[in-house]
Amino acid sequence: MIEIRGLHKYFGELHVLKGIDLDVHNGEVLSVIGASGSGKSTLLYCINGLEPIQQGRIEVDGTDVHARGTDLNALRQKLGMVFQQWNSFPHLTALENVALAPRIVRGLPRAEAREVAERQLRHVGLGDKLDVYPKALSGGQQQRLAIARALAMEPRYMLFDEATSALDPELVGEVLDTMRLLAEEGMTMICVTHEMGFARDVSDRVAFFHQGVIEEIGPPAEIFGAPASEHLRKFLAKIR
Amino acid sequence: MEPAISFFSGFRAADLWFMAEAAWRTLLISGVSIVIGSLLGILFGWMLHEGRLLASLTLAPLLDVFRSVPLIIQLVLFYNFAPIAGLSLDPFASGAVVLTLYCASLVANVARGGIAAVGQPMRRAARSLGMTYWQDMRHVVLPIGGRAVFPSWVGVALGVMKDSALVSVLGYVELLKASQILITRTQEPFMILTLAGAFYFALSYPISRYSARLEARWAQ
Ligand SMILES: Nc1ncnc2c1ncn2[C@@H]1O[C@H](COP(=O)(O)OP(=O)(O)OP(=O)(O)O)[C@@H](O)[C@H]1O
Ligand SMILES: [Mg+2]
Repeated sequence: MIEIRGLHKYFGELHVLKGIDLDVHNGEVLSVIGASGSGKSTLLYCINGLEPIQQGRIEVDGTDVHARGTDLNALRQKLGMVFQQWNSFPHLTALENVALAPRIVRGLPRAEAREVAERQLRHVGLGDKLDVYPKALSGGQQQRLAIARALAMEPRYMLFDEATSALDPELVGEVLDTMRLLAEEGMTMICVTHEMGFARDVSDRVAFFHQGVIEEIGPPAEIFGAPASEHLRKFLAKIR
Repeated sequence: MEPAISFFSGFRAADLWFMAEAAWRTLLISGVSIVIGSLLGILFGWMLHEGRLLASLTLAPLLDVFRSVPLIIQLVLFYNFAPIAGLSLDPFASGAVVLTLYCASLVANVARGGIAAVGQPMRRAARSLGMTYWQDMRHVVLPIGGRAVFPSWVGVALGVMKDSALVSVLGYVELLKASQILITRTQEPFMILTLAGAFYFALSYPISRYSARLEARWAQ
């Protein structure tokens, strides 16, 4: 379970997150929507400790992410993250991309790391691309490679930061399908997304971010069917 | 005296051997300077990248000095002032120290560029997998950034090898000094300088070929 209490985050003078309270339960899929610059990515970075916070606390399975003694490298193994830019390691084949962290971070023997990698690549539908370099993969394939790379650490949570925003429209579907598959398998997911169809169909709850606060949160039927806040109504009208 | 070579007045077979030995010394002093200088330069480049304020106040101006003062001036100054500081270094050691620092100051910039070439998103992706700072450095930044700046590094290395000719002013008998000695004796400047040029070429050509091959392999 991820528990966020009274979270404030500043970039210098800029107050980006202004008091976030949020629980994400195991098995839940939470979609995060909201305008550009509202702090959605920043929230994800705070959750896995890539960004420090100034006030409040974030606990992952009871571990305080930003406490002094916390082993962030160990914690991050629980929190798989997929970015808008897929960031494949260009010097490694697909298999090596996925096998690297299991080998050096989890300490698996080489053969076992490759096995894990192969399994995850098949999982995301890249079983026929094991020895291909990222350059020869499409954007959608590279994004699925990034998902496999995160999954190979056997995380309990997956954080998606606009995983489909940088893709050509015709490649969005394959990545969303992979995310759907994970949701069906019971993965706990926080998905920052602009894909309202995905948010509506796949998530258990949707959080609407507005200027650094969660202005509205609830089941997709409420958020999309009966939005209470004026800002959310405007946001949805603009998106449609 | 062998007929083919005695065709040129005064140039003996032994002189060719003399040149070959000098080429070996060129290779030695530049090899030592490039290896140590590159390692130091990577360290400096990393410091410039990481320790922004402190490094930019102390290290950066220092490296600028090594980079911008002509090497020949650095050599002569160091060779003559080192004894005053209690260091009595022979020409080889003096030359190697100066060349090493010169090489390091050039490589520092290359290395910093290499680290910067691996953008923050890529590094965050690596860290998000649970890699430590040093694992990220070793398995992501080094291979990706290293390949990006490898051609510049080869350029620096070849440059340092050519610039090692300046150590001749300290009396270290490398290729250029050897050529000067032979020219004085034989009065055959064209032949001897051509020969010296051929030696320099023979030293650098394998390096450029090998690096071109590496780059081609990385590019495919
Ligand atoms: N490293 C940083 N330094 C300074 N300001 C930052 C930094 N990262 C983000 N910001 C600022 O924080 C605010 C929130 O950014 P964030 O990326 O979290 O927004 P977002 O909701 O993810 O937007 P988008 O939909 O465009 O991705 C923005 O105003 C952004 O300019
Ligand atoms: Mg964002």
